[in-house]
Amino acid sequence: MNANTTITHTQGETQLMARFETVREELAGSVSVDALRSAAAAQLRQAGLPHRRVEEYKYSDLRAFMKSAAPLATPSAAPDIEAALSALDSYGDLERHRIVIANGSYRAEFSDAAALAEDGVTVADFSAALTADDGAQLLATPRTAGQDGLLALNTAFVQGGVVVDVRAGTTVSKPIEIVHVATSEGAQVTRCRIAVGEGAGLRLLETFTGDMGSGELNAVFDYAVGDRAKLASTRLIAGAAAGPRLLTTIATIGADAEFKSLGFIAGPGFARNQQFVNFTGEHSDAKIYGVSMARGTSLADQTLIVDHAVPHCNSREYFKTVLDDSARGVYQGRINVAPHAQKTDGEMMTQALLLSEEAEMANKPELEIFADDVVCAHGATSGQIDEELLFYLRARGIPEDEAQTLLIMAFLSEAIEEFDEEDVTEVLEARVRDWLAVKN
Amino acid sequence: MLEIKNLHARIAEDEAEILRGIDLTVNPGEVHAVMGPNGSGKSTLSYILAGKEDYEITEGEILFNGENMLDMEPDERAAAGMFLAFQYPIEIPGVATMEFLKTALNAQRKARGEDPLSIPDFMKTVKAKAADLNISMDMLKRPLNVGFSGGEKKRSEILQMSLLEPKLCVLDETDSGLDIDALRIVSEGVNKLRSPERAMVVITHYQRLLDHIVPDVVHVLSRGKIVKTGDKALALELEKNGYADYVDAAA
Repeated sequence: MNANTTITHTQGETQLMARFETVREELAGSVSVDALRSAAAAQLRQAGLPHRRVEEYKYSDLRAFMKSAAPLATPSAAPDIEAALSALDSYGDLERHRIVIANGSYRAEFSDAAALAEDGVTVADFSAALTADDGAQLLATPRTAGQDGLLALNTAFVQGGVVVDVRAGTTVSKPIEIVHVATSEGAQVTRCRIAVGEGAGLRLLETFTGDMGSGELNAVFDYAVGDRAKLASTRLIAGAAAGPRLLTTIATIGADAEFKSLGFIAGPGFARNQQFVNFTGEHSDAKIYGVSMARGTSLADQTLIVDHAVPHCNSREYFKTVLDDSARGVYQGRINVAPHAQKTDGEMMTQALLLSEEAEMANKPELEIFADDVVCAHGATSGQIDEELLFYLRARGIPEDEAQTLLIMAFLSEAIEEFDEEDVTEVLEARVRDWLAVKN
Repeated sequence: MLEIKNLHARIAEDEAEILRGIDLTVNPGEVHAVMGPNGSGKSTLSYILAGKEDYEITEGEILFNGENMLDMEPDERAAAGMFLAFQYPIEIPGVATMEFLKTALNAQRKARGEDPLSIPDFMKTVKAKAADLNISMDMLKRPLNVGFSGGEKKRSEILQMSLLEPKLCVLDETDSGLDIDALRIVSEGVNKLRSPERAMVVITHYQRLLDHIVPDVVHVLSRGKIVKTGDKALALELEKNGYADYVDAAA
């Protein structure tokens, strides 16, 4: 194939190209960052948006979905941010620190940087960090991501975000909630670099609020989990949204460390939560959970690669999906085990519950094992609600709708409970109930 | 309370006829035992009473307190006072037993136009009834029937029955899988629920259970029909002579 061949651009792609030309001068970054942005834009020009002929996007054709590309969101006015935050109902009165990213930019005046500093955490503006001489390293992508189109899109357009450092040995007393706020329509492209120092501990909550119109949300969270450090992150991709919700995790895990995450999808028309999890030190654990709910014509995509590049690490991947109407669910999970990564223990399970005849689930669990002394398992199920269970509940006087809700709740709760973050379990289960209540 | 008239039923899927003309009348306060060999239609009868959809009624009717039971959904039957203690209670992962009990009780109360029970009242009631059946709090916190032993599952069924206070209790081989101690606990639980307003249909294979739950009437079911009705002496006779006489009689 001739590398210089360009494709016929869709309207969405043409608008993205034009958007790049419009904003490239304003986008922050050192000379080398500029070069990365241009290269990413060139990749986009050449390959187009990720589409169904790209293996990783076979079931989630972003090119077909993104018929147009909105301009990047412009800076938010303070009163609008205030209003959005006061209306935010993500975690009720759970005690937490807050970091606010509004219309793609870090807003220090709405963030708890001072309190966080006392708790051993520094917060810096990502866009400012990009202008430093070594800014380009903030845009590094892992080998496992290859030439991923979402990451390229992010690199080309990233507006801002935060760089968070948790001091070695510090267990942050309260969870940190990174809130993405949209106060006006438009695309938001952000990146957050979260470094949890050696022996430190952090619980992270990632929430998104406000109406971006048809604009895309493209947010990358790049976690560096130090040796003996612990990170637990809960990502809440909820609420109806017209534009695509594109989330990427990059996790780099040191030795004797623990990484745990839950990606919760309920509502958007097109949501993809993709994760590149990379073990770089021995004797570490990663537990990756996913809960997806979709109805109407929505798409909920959970994609991940867990890369066991070193020996003696454990990973657990447990994903649950509930689909109604003609919604589609996607699970693509791959565990890589490198030739010398002996004593790897990986266990992957994806389960889908289809509530209608038209709903569709693509389950693709994969193992790629090059070592010979490992324990790896994977499984996938797709099914309907078990009639026997339903009958038992109805025979006890529980009406059919309520019995269904109970069973769906129980199905999803298995992953939520195993994630085992007490603070958020209730909130997530309440969200599941809300989602189910819409139908009944 | 329960009137079954000339009930014929078959499995909806393969049209195999299982019940071939059952007549059975159960009055308030009575305990009826239905005995019979394997395949005689005992469990089918219990499932049809509870409203399972796998069967097709080809003839006859069932009246429950004068109402046509076959027109009612399973949950409507339950709210009206029908209770089936399952031979094989279903395991429901992810639903805590306590939560299930509360949901079931309040769903029935709602269907009857009653207010939900307050949480303290509910807890008090459950605890007292659970203690009678030797059911621990730990068991109530576990997902319904998941990892329960055979005896625990049956005790859980009786706990549900005593909590829901049905008018008609159908016990489908409640003695299967029970050791002697569990049989005693379960039977005591059932006997406690005997009352002049409540009727029971005890389906069993063996006479053993009827030593504990003494029936007023005993029926022998064979090849989908009741072939003999008598008092508790009939059960003893069956224990001695087996079902052979009746299997032949129905043929």
